[in-house]
Amino acid sequence: MRNSFANAFYELAKNDKRIYLVVADITAAAGVASFQKESPERFLNVGVAEQMMIGMCAGLALRGNIPFAYTIATFTIYRPFEQVRVDCCYQNLAVKLVGVGGGVNYSTLGGTHHAQEDVALMSAIPNMTVLAPCDPAEAALITKASVEKVPGPVYLRLGKAGEPDLTSKAPDAFEFGKIRFIKPGKDICVLSYGPITKMACEVAARIETSTGRSAAVVSVHALKPLDEPGVAGVLARFPVVVVIEEHAPYGGLGPRVKQIAWDTGARCSLRTFALKDEFIHVYGTHADLLKAHGLEAELIFNELSPVLTARK
Amino acid sequence: MENSGFDIAQAQARCRKFRRRILDISQTVGALHIAPSFSCLELVDTAYIGLMKRTGNPDTSDTFLLSKGHGSPALYCVLEELGIIPSSYLENLCKPGWPLATHPDYGTPGIEASTGSLGHGLGLAVGMAYADKMSGHQRDIYVVMSDGELMEGSVWEAFMTAPSFGVTRIIALVDLNDFQSLGQTSRNLPNFYPMLDKLSAFGWEAMEVDGHDHRAIFEAVRARSGKKPFVLLGRTTKGKGVSYMENVPIWHYRAPNAEEYKIAVKEVEGCSG
Repeated sequence: MRNSFANAFYELAKNDKRIYLVVADITAAAGVASFQKESPERFLNVGVAEQMMIGMCAGLALRGNIPFAYTIATFTIYRPFEQVRVDCCYQNLAVKLVGVGGGVNYSTLGGTHHAQEDVALMSAIPNMTVLAPCDPAEAALITKASVEKVPGPVYLRLGKAGEPDLTSKAPDAFEFGKIRFIKPGKDICVLSYGPITKMACEVAARIETSTGRSAAVVSVHALKPLDEPGVAGVLARFPVVVVIEEHAPYGGLGPRVKQIAWDTGARCSLRTFALKDEFIHVYGTHADLLKAHGLEAELIFNELSPVLTARK
Repeated sequence: MENSGFDIAQAQARCRKFRRRILDISQTVGALHIAPSFSCLELVDTAYIGLMKRTGNPDTSDTFLLSKGHGSPALYCVLEELGIIPSSYLENLCKPGWPLATHPDYGTPGIEASTGSLGHGLGLAVGMAYADKMSGHQRDIYVVMSDGELMEGSVWEAFMTAPSFGVTRIIALVDLNDFQSLGQTSRNLPNFYPMLDKLSAFGWEAMEVDGHDHRAIFEAVRARSGKKPFVLLGRTTKGKGVSYMENVPIWHYRAPNAEEYKIAVKEVEGCSG
């Protein structure tokens, strides 16, 4: 995803002198290196000074530019939270905040580097748009859309590296701001966003091989504003709806889908899976850490079994 | 072109009028931050009216950021004086349906950034100045800060960054009144001072003057080399002009009652500063 972002950014910035990349001593991938080489005056490393990174971006935006702030998610939005809120959002400026490794992606670096509450925090700020692509291709599309479709501040929650393609065979084309079926199905629908959408696909496959029922997967790339009619449509059409997210159980997609279910009188079974409300001191692969949080395809399938059989 | 003629006597008369105006408004609005406004009044007046290039077009004018947003009454008086905001705005300060609050809001005429939380203005200024450098806009950015604000770490990130990025067209004016809201800074945080050497060490051209002396402020800014960003420490008195407010922490927020108001008006109208 980092590469995909970097290449998309490079293409955008090549043709638009308003676009800057402001980093706090962390940078990524070949696309950014090319940009840095070709446009050093628009690649700004402020050093290990995240408040400055965001303040600088806001100042650039006050002069009509479109700066991207880029570092590990925790440092993009937690360390300089008030600059994000006041400088970028209160003034409604075109600052694009890129957080790499949303969730617990940096699984060996420990809790200091885990952004497991980022969607909740960013969604709570007025004017903010919150986007989280499920695979590299969506990351490129969303990077472009964050400039072309959103005039104000954006939080772009990226994974890290090595995410598989999940969308090249998607039945739905990408439409910015709309939920997107990336795998068809009619009995069960799994909603997800970000890299953990891969697990959503595994759960869907497991359901299909074990029960013979068909399971759709939806990528919800826009967490805010959320495609409420799209979600309401899923809740109305499918007898079983599942949300899988790599995020704290508060303020993410799961609670929002439940809220929409209540508001629209949905009658489906609805199950949500999220990270635990804990700092878990487990180190290993990303999958190891997700499993410690109870997020693994087999575990989720087992928890879903009663719902799947009840509705048969 | 900067204004070449800056009439000091007129500036002093203006500031007497502004102090009176702020006292009048304090009788209808609580929590007006009178004392911090009085301490930065000459810095704001000299920067905005004496030094800044004002063409009527934001693209060609200098920029003014009141990073110590709680000093907004000082800025509002200047904006009213220049006709940038109508008098009705100040008369209806903090009233529903009117645009002015006790902290400046971006989007109001003359307000170029939302401030109020300390430690934000200088970072914004660095971004703006860098953008101007890239676009070739010839303009200065004036940032009025408080000394208490210099306790925020973000300010030092910005002090570090500006000269490193070759940004020279920032003029930071620090209202050095030696008071934070709960007391005297030199007692609370003895190692906060001296300030001048710290700023020079960060790569800024730094000077210290009497922050109530229009001429000293004007001349110091005019005499800057322009090779580095410039910071002027203006030694000031919190609550300047009203004897019972001067250096008394409670007047950071408090509004005078009717009796106190009368005394204050009498004193500020006779004030020479």
